[in-house]
Amino acid sequence: MSPRLRPEPVQIVKERRDAALQSLIGGVPFIGFLGIRFDRRGDELTAVLPYDDKLIGNPYLPALHGGVTAAFLEVTAIIGLSWSLVWEDMEAGRVDPRALDATHLPRLPKTIDFTVDYLRTGLPRDAYARARVNRSGRRYASIHVEAWQDNRARLFAQATGHFLMPDRTAPPADE
Amino acid sequence: MNDKKRTAAQQFIEAIPYSRALGMVLEQLGDGVAAISMPYDARLVGDPKSGVIHGGAVSALMDTCGGAAVMSHPRAPSATATIDLRIDYMRPARPGDRITARAECYHVTRSVAFVRATAHDADQDRPVATATGTFTFDAAKGDRG
Repeated sequence: MSPRLRPEPVQIVKERRDAALQSLIGGVPFIGFLGIRFDRRGDELTAVLPYDDKLIGNPYLPALHGGVTAAFLEVTAIIGLSWSLVWEDMEAGRVDPRALDATHLPRLPKTIDFTVDYLRTGLPRDAYARARVNRSGRRYASIHVEAWQDNRARLFAQATGHFLMPDRTAPPADE
Repeated sequence: MNDKKRTAAQQFIEAIPYSRALGMVLEQLGDGVAAISMPYDARLVGDPKSGVIHGGAVSALMDTCGGAAVMSHPRAPSATATIDLRIDYMRPARPGDRITARAECYHVTRSVAFVRATAHDADQDRPVATATGTFTFDAAKGDRG
C-alpha cells in the first residue's frame, strides 16, 4: 500500500472549488443581468434568483415572467452540467481552477432543446433551483431541473433539457 | 394594425416589466398571430466567447409572443398563462442582430390554447429557434364554443 497522503487544509480545498465555480458563472453577462447566485455544499449547487421588480411578467397578480422562470431553469441546467464536468476534472487534478480566469473560461454546453412545465404562479419572492444530470455522455446530456420558492416540496416549475457537450479534447484556452 | 391599435398593443408590452427590460417591440398582433422583436443587448449574452445571446432570453421572447398570440385570438380570452413551453434551438443567433419571434395560436378548446412559434435573426431563411406551447384559455363570458 502506498503511504496515505495528508489531506489538504479545508480552506485550500474550499478556495479551489469556489474559484472554479466563480470561473463558470462570473463570465456570463446574462447570469449577472438576472442576478442569479449559486450556493455550494460540496458538489451540490443550489441556484438562487433574488426577487427584483424587473422580473415581473404580470403586474396585476403580480407574478414572475414565464421567460424569467425558463431562463432561471436553463441557467441552472447549463451551470449544473458544466459544474459536474469541472468538478470531475478538478478532483482528478486535470485542471487548476486558479488558471481559469475571464480569458480561460471552461467551454459551456449548448442547449439543443428545453421544455418547461409551469406548475404554479411564480410569486414575487426569491426562487431556488437544483439540476440533476440524468445522462452525461460524450456528445449529449439530459438534465432535469426543479424550482421552488417557499416550500421545497411545492415546485413552481420543472424542466427537462438536452445539451450538446462542449469539446473537451482541446484545452479551454484556445478557441 | 392601425396606429391607435398599435399604440395600445405596445402599451400592453410596456406594462410588462420584464418585457420592457428586454426592450421588446410588438410588430404584429391580431387573429391569434403575434410578432415581437427584441434588440441585441450585451447584458443578455450567454456565451462570452462568441457574444451569442443566452437561450433564456429567447425563451422570454417566445413566451411573451405566444401569450400575445393567445390573447389576440378571435374568441377573446380574458386571461392566459403558460402551461408548458418547449424550445428547440436550431443555431446561435448572430451577435448584433435583432431577434424576431412570430407565434400562431392554431387551436383553442374551452380551456387550452395551442401555440407554435419561430424565431429569426436578420437571416429570414434559417430559423434560430422554434417553440411549441400550451397556454390556459379562459373564454370570455357567454362564449363556451
